[in-house]
Amino acid sequence: MNTMHKTLLAVAVATTTALAGFAQAGPVSDDKVKIGVLADMGGVYADLCGRGCVTAIEMAVEDFGGTVLGMPIEVVSADDQLKPDVGSAKVRQWVENEQVDAVGGLVSSAVVGAATKVLTDNRKIALISTAASNAFTTSACSPYNVHWTYNVAAVANGTVKPMVQSGKKKWFFITADYAFGHALEEVATEVVKENGGEIVGGVRAPLGTTDFSSYVLQAQASGADVVALANAGGDTVNALKTAAEFGLTQTTDVAGLLVFTPDAQAMDPATAGGMTLTTGFYWDYDDATRAWSKRFKERHGAIPAMGHAGAYSMTMHYLKAIEAAGTDESDAVMAKMKEMKPDDFFARNATLRADGRMVHDMYYVQIKKADERRDADDIFKVIDVIPGDSAYAPMLPECNFVKS
Amino acid sequence: MATFLGINLFGLFGQLLVGLINGSFYALLSLGLAIIFGLLKIINFAQGAMYMLGAFAAWMALDYLGINYWLALILVPLAVGAVGILMERLLIRPIAKEDHLYSLLLTFGIALMLQGTFTHVFGSSGMAYAIPEALQGGFKLPFMYLPAYRAWIVVASILVCGATWWMIEKTRLGAYLRAGTENAQLMQAFGINVPLMVTLTFGFGVGLAGFAGVMAAPVYSVSPDMGSNLLIIVFAIVVIGGMGSIGGAILTGLGMGIVEGLTKYFYPEASSTVIFLVMVIVLLLKPAGLFGKEA
Repeated sequence: MNTMHKTLLAVAVATTTALAGFAQAGPVSDDKVKIGVLADMGGVYADLCGRGCVTAIEMAVEDFGGTVLGMPIEVVSADDQLKPDVGSAKVRQWVENEQVDAVGGLVSSAVVGAATKVLTDNRKIALISTAASNAFTTSACSPYNVHWTYNVAAVANGTVKPMVQSGKKKWFFITADYAFGHALEEVATEVVKENGGEIVGGVRAPLGTTDFSSYVLQAQASGADVVALANAGGDTVNALKTAAEFGLTQTTDVAGLLVFTPDAQAMDPATAGGMTLTTGFYWDYDDATRAWSKRFKERHGAIPAMGHAGAYSMTMHYLKAIEAAGTDESDAVMAKMKEMKPDDFFARNATLRADGRMVHDMYYVQIKKADERRDADDIFKVIDVIPGDSAYAPMLPECNFVKS
Repeated sequence: MATFLGINLFGLFGQLLVGLINGSFYALLSLGLAIIFGLLKIINFAQGAMYMLGAFAAWMALDYLGINYWLALILVPLAVGAVGILMERLLIRPIAKEDHLYSLLLTFGIALMLQGTFTHVFGSSGMAYAIPEALQGGFKLPFMYLPAYRAWIVVASILVCGATWWMIEKTRLGAYLRAGTENAQLMQAFGINVPLMVTLTFGFGVGLAGFAGVMAAPVYSVSPDMGSNLLIIVFAIVVIGGMGSIGGAILTGLGMGIVEGLTKYFYPEASSTVIFLVMVIVLLLKPAGLFGKEA
């Protein structure tokens, strides 16, 4: 071995030792656990997660005690403006320069698709609370994705199946014309057909459509038993309002496939009352949900939407997993998260599957009529609890990251 | 069902009527813009925010003060008009002599701030506002069910637009107004208070948006972004009609509603772009717009 080689070897050994030493400096990287919250803070989906998710995640950190493994927990947040490029750039900055260990919140499926790619590339964890698409645990699954609150399959299954089985066979779709709406329509169509129903027509309305009257007229002319709204937020509210105005709700059932509590509150009880839907959480379900929701409302000013409760629950589970793993290193934490059973006011009869899908009880609820309501927060009546296994689609073998 | 050349006529009539209803909103909003631009040469990007303000004011009036729809229909446009007057006096006046771009950017900023403030205070989901009792129910036409409130929108919009056109084009006050913008110095020499007239005109144009907001509250969701969704379309309509043409703005507003309705029937996917397509064609063939006199 010549001198040159010796020197190189020495350098290599020294570097490796130094790096190993660095990695072993403490169980928690850079002496703190840092959680980023990425959400739409001022756009159409702001009420579904937004500031409320920041509040919920901060509550989880406080309830956990503010430290894990003796190190402080820090929460930072940013507005994705519903733009995938803005969201993924922020996430990149967080994980590459600001030592963020996990990113929570995560609302619009388009933004989440971009953000989870960056997170997976950097081996950091995505804690998805509010996004609807089921892609994050199917076609775009990743060992670092955790999808907590609900997905399109669960809400479509829960709402569509009982309606078709009760004899409402002919379905018409009013669909939001972008990835999320298409995914929701596709899943719901499958459920309709599986249960012996048929699709008699459909229209695709641009996101943010103000006037749904022409779509409602087409739905009316189709002779459908059920008009399904495969959209969200303001689109659902507007479509339902118009359906009622044109007399559609008197002759036909209107099913909101994805309705969040703030949307339900924005609907006129005279028209929305009686509509059934599926949700991952309802604040007034039992004492445990009421107790947490009361604390949330005191801080946030409004009752929690399902994404808010989910954000709290998944953050708690994440922090518990760090404690159990004895490190905040992503692979070890993910393994622990999947090994431990989530169990709190939100996650009932729950497991975090190997594909990152959190499977838990879903709620089949009915929007209350005006005379059934105690106050403005009293919006749903829980009709049925749907066990997670029948609500969520089974795991795909290629997404099983914990192969035995 | 009646069909002609394979087209379902009932469906088509339904879409045409719905288009006319939407066109009524376009007409009200583009009329306000056209007045402000035509007479004052201000490009008011806050017009959509003023429409949103009108809808929220109607909701607040009912929810906080118990003021019903009919009173709101009179009071809210006045209140929104007053906001417009303040805006003109305090913010737009100081930069009136600068290039049009300054007022455009200023009003755009005001619109963003208003929208942001309302999202912060009221959230993004919107508020429910019920249709007034007298206008609930509807008429059973052979080809569709026409809600009474939608019929009222068309009637009220045509009345208000018609009256405004008549006032500006056919009365002495309107003549002063038009003359004042042609040659302000000469008009002032005749003893007409031109600055006051400008302020009131701006207030009136903005008040029209407030009126449209109240009209919209019962049928569309009252939400902070309701104005920004509509503003771009309305600007396109003003451009198609010819910047500043009062009658042009009204006719184009109604016409574009119908074009949009037809598109929704034949090819719904294009319904959100068809107006811009028309705009491009009109600009290529007749740069001054359909009813405009000069480019």
